Amino acid sequence: MKDQFVVPARLKTTSFVLMGIGLLTLLIGLFAFQGEHGSTRFWAGLLQNSTFFLLIVLASTFFIAATTLAHGGWQIGFRRVPEAISMAVPVLGGILFLLLMILVFTGKTHIYHWLDAEHVAHDPILTWKAPFLSKAFFTIAAVLTIGLWSYFTLRLRKMSIEQDSWDLSKETGKRIIWRNTVWCGGFLVIYVLSVGSTTPWMWLMSIDAHWYSTMYSWYTFASTWVSGLALISLFVIYLKRNGYLPMVNEEHLHDLGKFCFAFSIFWAYLWFSQYMLIWYANMPEEIVYFKPRVWGEWRPIFFLNLVINFITPLLFLMKRDTKRNYSSMAFIAVVIIFGHWLDFWQMVGPGTYQHLVFPWFEFGIGLGFVGLIVFLVSNQLTKAALVPKTHPYLKESIIHHT
Amino acid sequence: MAVKNFVVASFDDEAVLFPAVKKVRTAGYKIHDVYTPFPVHGLDHAMGLRETSLHTAGFVYGITGTTTALSCMSWIFTTDWPMNIGGKPHFPLPAFIPITFELTVLFSAVGMVLTFCYLCQLAPFVKKHIFHPRQTDDLFVMAIEVTAKTNAEELKKFLAGIGGTQINEQRAEAGWWYGRFDREDRLFENKRPEPVNA
Repeated sequence: MKDQFVVPARLKTTSFVLMGIGLLTLLIGLFAFQGEHGSTRFWAGLLQNSTFFLLIVLASTFFIAATTLAHGGWQIGFRRVPEAISMAVPVLGGILFLLLMILVFTGKTHIYHWLDAEHVAHDPILTWKAPFLSKAFFTIAAVLTIGLWSYFTLRLRKMSIEQDSWDLSKETGKRIIWRNTVWCGGFLVIYVLSVGSTTPWMWLMSIDAHWYSTMYSWYTFASTWVSGLALISLFVIYLKRNGYLPMVNEEHLHDLGKFCFAFSIFWAYLWFSQYMLIWYANMPEEIVYFKPRVWGEWRPIFFLNLVINFITPLLFLMKRDTKRNYSSMAFIAVVIIFGHWLDFWQMVGPGTYQHLVFPWFEFGIGLGFVGLIVFLVSNQLTKAALVPKTHPYLKESIIHHT
Repeated sequence: MAVKNFVVASFDDEAVLFPAVKKVRTAGYKIHDVYTPFPVHGLDHAMGLRETSLHTAGFVYGITGTTTALSCMSWIFTTDWPMNIGGKPHFPLPAFIPITFELTVLFSAVGMVLTFCYLCQLAPFVKKHIFHPRQTDDLFVMAIEVTAKTNAEELKKFLAGIGGTQINEQRAEAGWWYGRFDREDRLFENKRPEPVNA
């Protein structure tokens, strides 16, 4: 039984090439985008990608927490995969934090116009929002959320590895379940209060500072959660293809596929709910967000978004066989991640650099982040056995039958 | 519907039932059905039942619901009786989506329930032969059809050998029928099924 992952040279090369592409794009962007308008695109591209990739790796911690609290046993066979992915949270969180601080404190970027004190003073809406959209509050919230996410992620991972040396007695099993439940519960509170509530308002929605939608955070959560599930599926499929994870089979893949299917629909539900209410009320201060997206240059992207993220997974994953097939699941996982990347692009783009452009810069940076994630995750996978042998639900995972 | 002969055996435990099902199939006997008090995971595979088409039916019903809702509403609001509602266009697609969704769900749900009842031969006033009264309680009951090639006596011995208990032969209607249980006797040439010694 291959239980210890060894990073294949090819995967390592791929991750370095992708990171190289990302760095190269960053350098080109630094020189290509000059002036006020250009630099906006530069920073917006970075913000879009770092937020997106941080939130999709964070979805792995959420996966661990949610399945633990639900006492789900089926995922224990590949539990180390979301754990390894979640270990990218501190790194990507650090990158995003650095970026946010540059955006907020250098005063040279034009992403958040609520930073302009003079502008805010003459703008009653922004004056009213000033306690929330202020440098101090923004910074404290960023430190707290990214810090707590990283802390809980590291803690859960540490506990999981520590448990590998424990015995198989009933008492130990109870203890494993109990302490995981407590820590996962704690994480979920933080997660829901941040990703499910205020964090996307600050990082992304405040780009269009006049506009507000209470649906926005849930929408962002759904987007990143389904992409996070796709990412977990991709790593599981990769490991399986290379002869690891002997206890994982089509049954587990089937359940991951069901998750991707269900949450693609959930995403579409939120997409529609946010859109329809605003469309129906037709109030100028709300419609301003959809004006450039639905009736402006971004129209093709806006509807492509719906086709890729809803229609495609809906029809493709509807059949049982596609959820149980490694190739078709790998295909749809890539489609889902790309689709939600597009979603983030159209969330950030229209409010910052306004015009629809060919997203070579954004895509290049995205590839860089993919490379970084592959590098970090494959490194983390080597740090522990691929099967948590002492977990009391392991047997349930082995005999899992959907 | 046809009246057929069955050899019926009971099993006390899943662990006995699974190997028994395999052995019966390997021996070439025709399993009519296996009745269990609760859903048994993997029994359908062991019995060699084909994958259900219920979900395909559900998809077809769903699509029917979608088209019904969309075509109906768009015909009403554009051709039959156009109305100005809140200054919206006459074909306000977003406003149609919730109703389209609901009709899709309604059609597929109701359609699938009815199809499921049909496939399981369940309907009001419809009767089915019960091979053993304890098949919904604590016994796993396997009914094997006696075909022209089956030697019933050999089969009984075979079933006893693989852990079957309370083995008996019954002549019964294989499908469903309208009617009353107290008058079902006319369906059987040898009167009611043998009483079960519990």
